[in-house]
Amino acid sequence: MTFDWPTLLPLIFAGLMGLAILIYVVLDGFDLGIGILFAAAEDAEQDTMIAAIGPFWDANETWLVLAVGLLLVAFPMAHGTILSALYIPVFVLLVGLILRGVAFDFRAKVPAGSKHRWNRIFFLGSLIASLAQGYMLGLYVLGLDVGLGGIAFGALVALCLAAAYAAMGAAWVIYKTEGELQRKAVLWLRRALVLAALGMAAVSLATPLASPRIFDKWFVWPAMLYLSPLPILSAVLFLWLWRQTFHLPKPDDRHALTPFLTLAAIFALGFAGLAWSFYPFVVPDRLTIWQAASAPESLAFILVGTVFVLPIIIFYSFYAYRVFGGKATDLTYD
Amino acid sequence: MDPLILSRIQFGANISFHILFPAITIALGWVLLFFKLRYNATGDTAWMRAYFTWVKVFALSFAMGVVSGVTMSFQFGTNWPGYMKTVGNIAGPLLAYEILTAFFLEAAFLGIMLFGFRRVSNRIHTLATVLVAGGTTVSAFWIIALNSWMQTPAGFEMRDGVAHATNWWAILFNPSMPYRLVHMLLASGLTVSFLIAGLSALRYLYGDRSESMWKALRTGVFTAAILIPIQIFAGDQHGLNTLEYQPQKIAAMEANWNTGPNVPLVLLALPDEAAKENKFEITIPDGASLVLRHSASGVVPGLNDYAGNHPPVFPVFWGFRIMVGTGVLMLVVSWSAAFFLKRRHSLPRPLAMLMVPMALSGWLATLAGWYTTEIGRQPWLVTGVLKTADAVGPVAGSHVALTLAIYLILYVLLLIAYLGVLVHLALKAAKDGDASPLPGVMNAALSQPAAGE
Repeated sequence: MTFDWPTLLPLIFAGLMGLAILIYVVLDGFDLGIGILFAAAEDAEQDTMIAAIGPFWDANETWLVLAVGLLLVAFPMAHGTILSALYIPVFVLLVGLILRGVAFDFRAKVPAGSKHRWNRIFFLGSLIASLAQGYMLGLYVLGLDVGLGGIAFGALVALCLAAAYAAMGAAWVIYKTEGELQRKAVLWLRRALVLAALGMAAVSLATPLASPRIFDKWFVWPAMLYLSPLPILSAVLFLWLWRQTFHLPKPDDRHALTPFLTLAAIFALGFAGLAWSFYPFVVPDRLTIWQAASAPESLAFILVGTVFVLPIIIFYSFYAYRVFGGKATDLTYD
Repeated sequence: MDPLILSRIQFGANISFHILFPAITIALGWVLLFFKLRYNATGDTAWMRAYFTWVKVFALSFAMGVVSGVTMSFQFGTNWPGYMKTVGNIAGPLLAYEILTAFFLEAAFLGIMLFGFRRVSNRIHTLATVLVAGGTTVSAFWIIALNSWMQTPAGFEMRDGVAHATNWWAILFNPSMPYRLVHMLLASGLTVSFLIAGLSALRYLYGDRSESMWKALRTGVFTAAILIPIQIFAGDQHGLNTLEYQPQKIAAMEANWNTGPNVPLVLLALPDEAAKENKFEITIPDGASLVLRHSASGVVPGLNDYAGNHPPVFPVFWGFRIMVGTGVLMLVVSWSAAFFLKRRHSLPRPLAMLMVPMALSGWLATLAGWYTTEIGRQPWLVTGVLKTADAVGPVAGSHVALTLAIYLILYVLLLIAYLGVLVHLALKAAKDGDASPLPGVMNAALSQPAAGE
């Protein structure tokens, strides 16, 4: 493999897109998870939970726009193929995101009497969006197969991703709240973890079985050895976090952020496994990143801007999180 | 059913719903900055009350714009894969730059602008307002650049049926781009000023005479009165630019069937495309030649020169007239209101009652204008490069019909909820008057209690 620009640019953009997806899943994961947990929370708790994500959700969702945008601009062929194959799930995802996004604002501005309706819409939107994302992941892993088996597997992954998001949401609530709600969130986390672990195991098993190419990539010596840390480490982290849920919250609120960081690490490990399996394909077994890529001059034009702007984006995102650091209090327009 | 026409209706519905909200946020960001700067300069809390009333509208409109915008970024792939396959090398980078330079900036600082007043210094809060307002405007720049490139493409070459960029400067600043950008930014300014004036008039009718109401009302009315003549001039220049680069669109806008001199200006008519003539027309002799060529004998392009290659006449003709008619009404209403506010320091009741529905006049004119220019580009998606019919994806018509129906229901419900909240916020502000809770003022540490608490 030669290292010239037409070879390197699609590779760089695949990396950027992967990074955007991972950041999206981790960040909007806890927003969506909190939406799902809305069903289990009291009215006053719901306000606190919203306050824990209100200033951030918009920027979090922007990572999805960037991921889809990069797919669109860097791999236009793949964008069309993947999204028209997933026409209905994408539509369901969008409806979920629309409902979730507007409910955020409506619930705070409508007359008090209809607030509960928007709370329910917030829950439904978050749940629908999470399920749709899981379903799409399931189909993608099976090579966009929409047969009966594909649908069943998609449904399983949908449930498990929703559970994983709920776990993220619970972990974020542990970090951002205190007292009764925090203790409740620990219980939520414990229950959601079981389903999340099940889902990750299912995807890990299905990925090599669905594609002989990936099977060969996994189960050859010595690649197996290099890969083994991914599943082992994930399993260890899951078990450790599950045990931790029996000791949280700790005195003086120590380690309140640990569950969230652990889950983020598990997501990253799982994502690395998927990336390793599918490379170099962007549409499984059909289109490689080089076949689907835009013209090098267009990619170069975007890359120049990205190199300058992305660090700035990450910098001010951190700043925004810092401004709203600490425990969440009631969110008011001031 | 035909997936092409269904996909077109679906994208049209989506983008029509979407544009309503950027049309508000682009200019409202700057109006909020104006309120904030007036407050910084005078220390008058009424400015800050106006800020907090309207920042809620901004937040809600922004959320509606975000969710409908995300929808569109997916629809390029789900419904129009041919678009990105053919012109992805041009459209892609422009969309990417919008996300990188505008979306993240707005989203990150919106949180601080909305909820950070007591968490950051006043200066940082003002800066956040500047960045959000700037972000929305930069966003408009990239999107208008792409849209204008689709109307008047430049700076590229075709290789194997795919557009490749040769000159990014020519792509960005293509012939119609500066005109369209100015026209749209002014349209946003007018949309917001009429919205503010209209909702303030509603408060006025409910007996609210608070300082914050007066400040918002004056800001809305005077901004509208200043912007509308500029917009009429800018629109005229935009039209002359279209005449030069897209004459077939002008021919459809004027419903002029035959190229020639001494073309009358058709004020109202029912264009009949099958018979190639206008029914029930009211005209001004030599008018179109005078307006477009500044001479009665000036030659105006007619549809006969573009047989089979011009847009449908009826919607373009009427879209243009609705936009211009609304503009004239805006001129009359804003100048009368400005006169009464300046001379009498009050508003006659009938005028205030007219201003309430006029709150949505900006939406009407913006939609009518976009319909004129977008339908006016047909049958091309990218003029001379890609036909709309060649970009549509392989999705079954029944799928598109199903999703279209649900989108429409969703959008109608959301629009009703949105307007309901606007009225609710206005009436609540009218009831509270200047007794609404005072915002805190601070230049120091976090979570300082607000003044008046």
